[in-house]
Amino acid sequence: MSIICDHVNYIYSSGTSDEIQALKDVSLQISDGEFIGLIGHTGSGKSTFVQHLNGLLKATSGHIYYNGADIYDSDFKMKDLRGKVGLVFQYPEHQLFEENVFKDVCFGPGNLGLSKSEIELRAYAALKDVGLGDDYFYVSPFDLSGGQKRRVAIAGVLAMKPEVLVLDEPTAGLDPEGRDEILGMVRRLHDENGITIILVSHSMEDVAYYADRIVVMDRGSILMNDTPKEVFKRYRELEEIGLAAPQVTYIMQRLQEKGLPVDASATTVAEAVQSVMRVFGR
Amino acid sequence: MIREITLGQYYQADSLLHKLDPRTKLVGTLTFIISLFLAKNVTAYAVATVFLVLMIGLSRVPISFIVKGMRAVVMIMMITVLFNLFLTPGITAVKIWRFQITYEGIRSAAYMAIRLTYLILGSSLMTLTTTPNNLTDGMESLMKPLRVFKVPVHEIAMMMSIALRFIPILLEETDKIMKAQQARGADFESGGLIKRAKNLVPLLVPLFVSAFRRANDLAMAMEARCYHGGEGRTKMKPLIYRKRDGAAYAVLVIYLALIVTAQKLGPL
Repeated sequence: MSIICDHVNYIYSSGTSDEIQALKDVSLQISDGEFIGLIGHTGSGKSTFVQHLNGLLKATSGHIYYNGADIYDSDFKMKDLRGKVGLVFQYPEHQLFEENVFKDVCFGPGNLGLSKSEIELRAYAALKDVGLGDDYFYVSPFDLSGGQKRRVAIAGVLAMKPEVLVLDEPTAGLDPEGRDEILGMVRRLHDENGITIILVSHSMEDVAYYADRIVVMDRGSILMNDTPKEVFKRYRELEEIGLAAPQVTYIMQRLQEKGLPVDASATTVAEAVQSVMRVFGR
Repeated sequence: MIREITLGQYYQADSLLHKLDPRTKLVGTLTFIISLFLAKNVTAYAVATVFLVLMIGLSRVPISFIVKGMRAVVMIMMITVLFNLFLTPGITAVKIWRFQITYEGIRSAAYMAIRLTYLILGSSLMTLTTTPNNLTDGMESLMKPLRVFKVPVHEIAMMMSIALRFIPILLEETDKIMKAQQARGADFESGGLIKRAKNLVPLLVPLFVSAFRRANDLAMAMEARCYHGGEGRTKMKPLIYRKRDGAAYAVLVIYLALIVTAQKLGPL
């Protein structure tokens, strides 16, 4: 069970004067059950890349294999892939359209050609997964708050029971509480339901805290692909492409420079606390 | 897909046509359109063809780009041509079952096709060489005399420029929502007419909601900057006629004279 991208290239408006190569020779393997953080400067090709994973964009050259099957084969069923690889876009609340929350969440599974009871069961489970209670089921999605709308939209994708869930900046424009709720929910989906997660984010803290592996993109190619610790060790390179390390990594660096024998590669606050405590012998 | 519609788009280039005052180009396009309806014989059409080819050359817009815009209107043109071809009474040229094609029909279908093509080419040449903002500025300025009759000229121009400005934004939005719904398994490409229309609901509802949201934001932003309509409003870059505009008007008068003469002379 995996996604393999093999030398994927993508060119926008190919053949015209303003063609832009959005992806350059991207090769990446995503295994079952991983939690991957995808980071990169605005315009680095992150969003373009994730749209390839469920076949919304077709690579100009290169191949993508889902569980061993080439998704560009003529007999490959794209519709099944859309159900298997769930993609939550930026500001997903803008896609809501039904008269009530429950109906909107039913839209995704409804397109998969399932029975009515199965559709409703899935919608119910998805809404529970995102933490929306029964009180909200028959409310118009347009009457909800921003964070609630976003959760409904995510439930709309979850109801298709994807094996891989791709979230493109799911916390953009949310307050800290809303952000923690969404990311906590994503982690629960990963830990409890065993869904493979690909999280596109601009927050170094978030990817350091949640992801097992970080993929760094710059100008359409993959620059780094490693554990958070290894990636953020190279923070000087990250700064050159407009990114950074988590703030706590900087503090630890400074502490080390000042002569405190702490672990300078700590990427989360918890790790840093542990390391500092150890230095003071507690 | 949707982005490929080039009709009404602006093409950035540095040419004499781009530099002309938008009012000159508006009057020019109008003159050209009128001339197309005046022209009724081969000579007059030849004059119009020469003029159009010259203008396209002057604009420095690649021919391929202009032709691409035509693709959007091919359907309408085909229908018009077919109607003209089959429904014009006259002397029969070809007879297929119950339908007949007359010599007059062929003639009027050909003229209609040429007229429509030139009409679209001429007006798209204007939009290709004029930014939407300039275009509405030009319209506002040309329509100013109508204010005597209480026509809200400034408001109309403002609405037009906002509408034009919103076309690319809404196209992009459409693309985004379409993809988001496709990610949820929506299908916009197959099925019969009724099914397809039904499938558009998940696209249209969010699109309308977003259009209203954007309109609301824009209205708020305009009020925050003290916009209060056209009264006493001045322009940062007022339109000024230059020498080349005078020359352009002269060319227009000569062109119109040529068309009228060609019409009087008849086919050579």
